[in-house]
This record gives sequence, structure tokens and C-alpha cells, in this order.
Amino acid sequence: MSAGNGTGRPLLAVNNIEVIYDHVILVLKGVSLRVPEGGIVALLGANGAGKSTTLKAISGLLRTERGDVTKGTVEWRGAPIHREGAADVVRHGIVQVMEGRHVFEHLTVDENLLTGAYTRPGGDALRRDLDLVYTYFPRLTQRRHVRAGYISGGEQQMLAIGRALMARPRLMLLDEPSMGLAPMLVAEIFDIVARLNREENVAVLLAEQNATIALKYAQYGYVMESGRVVLDGDARTISDNEDIKEFYLGLTGVGQRKSYRDVKHYRRRKRWLS
Amino acid sequence: MIDVLQHVVVGPFRDIGSNPAFFGEVVIGGILAGMLYSLVALGFVLIFKASGVFNFAQGVMVLFAALTLVGLLERGLPVAAAFVVTAAVMIALAFVIERVVLRPLVNQEHIILFMATIGLNFFLEGFGEMLWGANVKKLDVGIPDRSFMMAGMQVNQLELSAGVIAAVIVAILAVFFQKTRIGRALRAVADDHEAALSIGIPLKTIWVVVWSVAGLVAIVAGVMWGAKSGVQFSLSLIALKALPVLILGGFESVAGAILGGLIIGVGEKIGEVYWGPLVGGAIENWFAYVLALAFLLVRPQGLFGEKIIERV
Repeated sequence: MSAGNGTGRPLLAVNNIEVIYDHVILVLKGVSLRVPEGGIVALLGANGAGKSTTLKAISGLLRTERGDVTKGTVEWRGAPIHREGAADVVRHGIVQVMEGRHVFEHLTVDENLLTGAYTRPGGDALRRDLDLVYTYFPRLTQRRHVRAGYISGGEQQMLAIGRALMARPRLMLLDEPSMGLAPMLVAEIFDIVARLNREENVAVLLAEQNATIALKYAQYGYVMESGRVVLDGDARTISDNEDIKEFYLGLTGVGQRKSYRDVKHYRRRKRWLS
Repeated sequence: MIDVLQHVVVGPFRDIGSNPAFFGEVVIGGILAGMLYSLVALGFVLIFKASGVFNFAQGVMVLFAALTLVGLLERGLPVAAAFVVTAAVMIALAFVIERVVLRPLVNQEHIILFMATIGLNFFLEGFGEMLWGANVKKLDVGIPDRSFMMAGMQVNQLELSAGVIAAVIVAILAVFFQKTRIGRALRAVADDHEAALSIGIPLKTIWVVVWSVAGLVAIVAGVMWGAKSGVQFSLSLIALKALPVLILGGFESVAGAILGGLIIGVGEKIGEVYWGPLVGGAIENWFAYVLALAFLLVRPQGLFGEKIIERV
């Protein structure tokens, strides 16, 4: 079975969902995707393509922004979850790490992590997980008692991931973890995410503009444009396909500026899923 | 000129020095009055911390709690039972407010929520009047309004009990916010609604909890003020005294609300007694606001307010 769209029941299945904001603005126009147990799946596309909205539709955060899933379903191990509130979704084992980190600035690093375990009973298991998070993110250890507002951007991103980890998720929705960070830090964070995926068996759905790095770690990818999935395939296939690179991911060779005339007329493949 | 300075700068201190026992009485009176300001301010702080909403209706909640308690006592309920029922009413009120006011307005601008609490203010005022009538009522909870001598100073027993109760409540709240899971969640929600939601903190529960706690604090404040000066509609105006307390102490700080209340309570009593005669009295009425104004100019986040963390 391929790592992405295999047969058998996936961990998460998004089936042709439509999302409308404020009852009028159609943002997602039929998005379908699948995340297998323990997989890393990339969701690529430019600004405004609908990546964040897709993640929020899964996590239930959409409703606080006056958005609504009006068609289609989101299934978690086969059971529909798109009508559930954000807190219930977390209890199922799906946690979103929001774009822009969103740590609790006035709480210490330690308190931020403990808050992440809100849905779980306290006790020894919680203490163990706290230590576990610190072993994955050793940089945070020295910052334990510092208010999260004062740590660096990279540390905040680590804290946001660590906080999500405290809820013991089976699936983590990562929204633009590379945003605003130096390339070395980005690599460090992605390495840790890959380790979490391997060692803790946390599946990852990763929304990224930085396609190069996302496809390096993901097994399968979806490309979105204006509220639709326009392409999907194995990470390798996507990163090798010249057309995809050129039209969606901006990965063509640097410096080889082409005339607009050379750009192929590209007809988008229509997709009718499920 | 020298004469004026003599009166303003030297005279009052000479009076303080010449009768320290009386000065002690003034300070204790101020502390105890300040405790009551603190209690009202606490209600504001709780809600502001957890939801970023400035609850304009806090003063009316104090009034409403006191009215309910008096009404129940008048109908012949024993004191303990009346307290329990009043607490239940305030908690029920928190549920209703969450459902009817806060939930439909989630993710709206703070100013919109603030306006909603103004509406709530008028509603509660009218509703309380409809239920319990508009007369001034006497509230007797069994603590005598008597004074006794302590270390050569007169201390009012009622005020002393109020002070002690306020101190206990404050201690409990401080521990609750710093050490418990719900308390942490409350602070998390105050920092970032959406992030709190993303890790599974249910906002509904949190809001019901803070409004309930604010309601319970309002009962205590209402009872203490009511026992002192009767339960009447002007009780809701002590909310206005809580404002300078908040500016002084900082909107997000439980400790700030306490200390701010004490500073204002003591300050205005001392000002009134020693400097009042120089300007014909009534310092007590404006002292708090002038102090608040000065603080806004010098330290707008208050003594213990949370610094706005800005990243560059």
C-alpha cells in the first residue's frame, strides 16, 4: 500500500467538503483527502488556496470564525466528526497547531505545556509526557519557567508543537510550521516532527507553502488552488513533475527566467472524488 | 504663602503625630472599606482575565445578589439556606449569560461584548427591581454592627469580618488561578481564545466558571456593603469606585485588585480626615479618580497589570 492514498480505512478521511464563511463566502469547493495511520501528508498551495480552512474544518476551529461545513463529511476512523465542537475533536485525538504559533504569552513554558493536557486526567502519565516533550525539544528545557511571550519564534513554534503533543494526539494538523523561521530552525523542527511521527506514531497533516521541505518529509501530497484539490500523488511524483513545480509550487530553477510565451497552456485536471 | 504651605504640608502631619491611635483607626477604617472595593474589583478582574470582557454589569450583579438574598431572608428563609439559594441563582445567571449573551457573540470585537454587558446591566437592574421591589432594605446577616476596642483603637466588628472574609476569598482565588488545572485554563483562554480551543479547552465551560465565580464574589461584596448601608439601587454605583481600583492595580491582576482597593480605601480616608477640612471636605468622592488619572499617565497597565508583550 502506498503511504498516502492506500486502500483500507484511513485514519482521517475528508470527503468532498464545502465550507462557507458568514453564510455567503464559499471558501472550499469540494475538498477530499485522506491521512493513513502514522503517515505524513502534505497539503500544498499558495496563499489563500484553502489549506488553513481545510485544517480548521477538520479540527472544528472553523465555527469560531463563522465558517461552516455545508457539504461533505469529515470521518475519523470511519465515524463522522464534522458536526462536533473543537474540544470534542481534541478528545478524539486530533490536535491542530495553528499558523502563527499562538502560544499563551503570559503563561510560562511549563504552564503552556500543562495546559495542552487539559483534556486528559492529571497524574504520573502527565508528568512523564511533560518530560518526554522536553526530551524532544531540549531547547525548551532551559526556558521552562520563562513566559512564553519572551522566547524566540523558533522556540515558540516548538512550544506550540509540544503543547499539542501533550494532548496525546493520533493526528497532528500542522499549519505552516516554517513560517517566519530561519531555514536551519525549520529543518530542526521538521526533523523533530518526523521523529514524533516515527517514534510516537503520530500521523501528520502538514499545510505548507514551502513545498520543498514539506515534500521531503511527507509520503503523499495534495496541491490546492482556490478552494479545490487540483492534484495529488506520492511526494516523489509531485516533486518530480515539472508542470506541478512550475504552476503550483514555484520550484523551477532559480535564475532561468522564462518568457511568458514559454509557459505551457496547462489544463487543470478535473477531479471528481467520492 | 508660607501660611498656606504650613496648613497643607505641616499641619495634617502634626495632627497625625499628635494622636496616633486616631490615625490607626482611620487607617483600619480605610483598609476595611478598601477590602470591599477590592471585592467588587475582583469580580471585574475575574471576567476580564478569562474572557477579555470588561463587565459593565458587575456592579449590578452585586446589587442583584444582595437583593436576592434580602428578598429570600424577608420570606423567612434561614440565613444559611438563603445564601445557598442566592449562590444557586448567581450560578444559574452565569449559565444564562453564557448561553444568551456570550455564545452568540463569540469572536466578536471586545467593544461589542462590552456593549452587551451594558445591556445586561440595564436588564439586571430592571429585573431585580421587578422581582424584589425598589425600596431600601435592611440586611441583617447576624454580624452585629458594633465597635470594640483593640490596642486602644475602635474597630467596627462588621467591617472587620468583611475584611477577613475578603482576605480569605482572595487567597483562595489566587491559589485557584495559579495552581489548578481550571485556573491555568482560565488564564490560557484570557491569552488566546482560539489557541485554547485548539487544544481542547471548552470555552463554554470556562465562561460559565468565571461568571459563576464573579457572581459568588458579588454575593459577598453585596452582603458586606448591604449590611453596612442597606440594600438599595445606589449599591450598583460602587462599580464606579471599582474602576479606579482596577486602573491602579491592573485589570488582569487579582493581587492588583486587592492592593488597589486598599490603597484607595486608606488614601481617601486619610485625605478626607486630615486634608478634608482645608478644602471643605468631600475628598473621599474624588480622591480615587484623581489617583487613577495620575496612574494612567505614569503607568497605564497599573501596578500589577500584565505587560503587553511585544515582539520586534
